[in-house]
Amino acid sequence: MTDTRTVELSVGAGGEGVPFEGAEVGDQSLNNYTINFGPQHPAAHGVLRLIMELDGEIVDRVDPHIGLLHRGTEKLIEYKTYQQALPYFDRLDYCSPMCMEHSFVLAIEKLMGLEIPIRAQYIRVLMAELTRISNHMLNLGSHIMDVGAMTPNLWLFEVREDTLQFYERASGARMHANYFRVGGVRYDLPEKMLADMDDWLDHRLQLFEDAIALVADNRIFKQRNVDIATVHKDDAIAWGFSGPMIRASGVPWDIRRSQPYEVYDRMEFDIPVGTRGDCYDRFMVRCEEVRQSARIMRQCLKEMPKGPVGTDDRKVFPPPRAEMKTSMEALIHHFKLYTEGYHVPKGEVYVATESPKGEFGVYLVSDGTNRPYRCKIRPTAFSHLQAMDFMMKGHMLADTTAVLSAIDVVFGECDR
Amino acid sequence: MAVQFAPHVPKMASNEGVLDSAKAVIGDALIKAKDVVDEVTLTVRREAIVDVLRALRDTPGLEYQQLMEIAGVDYPDRAERFELDYHLLSLTKNRRIRVKVTTDETIPVPSVTGLWPVAGWLEREVYDMYGVVFSGNADLRRILTDYGFEGFPQRKDFPLTGHVELRYSEVEKRVVYEPVELPQDFRAFDFLMPWQGPEYRLPGDEKATPEEAGAPSPAPSPTGDAKASPPTPTSTPKTTDKPSDTGGGKLADKKAAAQAKKPRKAKTIETTDIDEPKPKGRNRRRPTGAA
Repeated sequence: MTDTRTVELSVGAGGEGVPFEGAEVGDQSLNNYTINFGPQHPAAHGVLRLIMELDGEIVDRVDPHIGLLHRGTEKLIEYKTYQQALPYFDRLDYCSPMCMEHSFVLAIEKLMGLEIPIRAQYIRVLMAELTRISNHMLNLGSHIMDVGAMTPNLWLFEVREDTLQFYERASGARMHANYFRVGGVRYDLPEKMLADMDDWLDHRLQLFEDAIALVADNRIFKQRNVDIATVHKDDAIAWGFSGPMIRASGVPWDIRRSQPYEVYDRMEFDIPVGTRGDCYDRFMVRCEEVRQSARIMRQCLKEMPKGPVGTDDRKVFPPPRAEMKTSMEALIHHFKLYTEGYHVPKGEVYVATESPKGEFGVYLVSDGTNRPYRCKIRPTAFSHLQAMDFMMKGHMLADTTAVLSAIDVVFGECDR
Repeated sequence: MAVQFAPHVPKMASNEGVLDSAKAVIGDALIKAKDVVDEVTLTVRREAIVDVLRALRDTPGLEYQQLMEIAGVDYPDRAERFELDYHLLSLTKNRRIRVKVTTDETIPVPSVTGLWPVAGWLEREVYDMYGVVFSGNADLRRILTDYGFEGFPQRKDFPLTGHVELRYSEVEKRVVYEPVELPQDFRAFDFLMPWQGPEYRLPGDEKATPEEAGAPSPAPSPTGDAKASPPTPTSTPKTTDKPSDTGGGKLADKKAAAQAKKPRKAKTIETTDIDEPKPKGRNRRRPTGAA
């Protein structure tokens, strides 16, 4: 079927087909040829360039070219104090900023041996799960749109907008929150916000259910996703998968459950697992994760105790503003904290948390000063995108967008 | 500062017995093993890295199935300046382990792409950032940096600002690369306290002989020995009988010297022999007394 077919030469702006020799446009036999997908393509979820070798419309080989959004974050962090380095993490996976901060602050706290108050742990879990919902709203919506449906994306964006407003009420920023700090969180959450969040979980998430109901059993949607890019359990392990990607392949692995941090060991939640490891499974795993996140958030809101939201170790966590007006010592602490920062004991540590996209790790090497000696970030998309070559083999060109969406790739994090 | 336990960080299964069973399977390839903050680190010989990782993956009881990360670190002072950290994860035993090897700019490290396909990009990234070569990696291209990039940006001797900058040239209608030009020098603030931070050479310091931190003050304590301790001011009270005793030296200005030698009375009357520049415009406006 592939030998008499006219194939579009250009995909995406700037896409250029390499002309095959001695060929004219029209119905005729084709050799393998190479096309360029991206770097500017609405379905590439960022700046991704794919060099694809096609046999007709069947993909033979994919070579992702990444790094177009490389900003040298790891290098910059080496020149900043620990506190100054934190905002860089918001800009890694800009769809789930607080989960990025989470790994970094946990790495520092592990190296310092710092304990944080229980309310701060609840707030961190609450906000991390809100972030997961926010991230999945964007991913599920764009996944649906990439395979051809428009409406659910618009509905899911409404839910996402709500999560961003909660972000703003917690931290003052809609996206780049800089909210998790070493020793706790920056501010306490207002009571009204917690009440509103409870209300939101009860009423607004119905919009999400409605949007998913439009596509989950839809024939076209299934045709575009079922049995696309099937990954076996063993392959998923060998290719370093994590998060929804490895769960969709049937491995019940979730760091929140296996290696619980903060108060996740007090939470009741289920871990959805796929049966076939295809794009549809990945989609449905994320849908279920949204419901489980809402469940965790409800538990957090119910159980959250009153109390301080930061450690009382003034060498790492700033004093309250009111105290600075009367206490000279508090003023000095504040000044030293925002100029020199805190010193992290010598050592190395690798801390990984379950970000919405998978295992997000931070390997931190400290030399005992106020700046990290080395901060290696383990992005989730790096290993998933690398597996794209074998996932795409034998699929149609049009499946590329479905596979990319199901990976849930964000280039701020992949390229760093 | 002793590292204590932070209870809210990710809790894994205990690493008890991992060191012993790892030592047993690795054998003499092991250089050093440690268990700090619940994280096991094995330093192994570079040539044996493939065998070590295979043993860690396949030995029952260890079962580190996943390679999560290869991190490079640069220590320019060491003989073999680069350190590679392989982070493995066991899904069945719920544990992590770190394996270290060292290398330098030229010695290749055996590639582990044969064990885990995911190592391909991880090694490419280390190559891109540090210039470490992996033997056996068939696709060792740059990955994160620009097409045609030169240098290895994560090395400690690579400047933060890089060497080239690019802009779109309206004249040439394309992106042009130029050497980095900073309108202001790059400023690095360390904010460390002077006794903790690096030593600064302030202007004028170059004449001073360097002293070790915590050295005693220059004047030695009196011991009674005349040579060792010169007479202190209290034992020889200072007098100024002659002008040379004042320590003032010769008078610098002739006219000033002449005036200084004049008797006090004359000085109060006659002051006109010193030329004093008159301030301009002093007499421009005279007070008249009229309102």
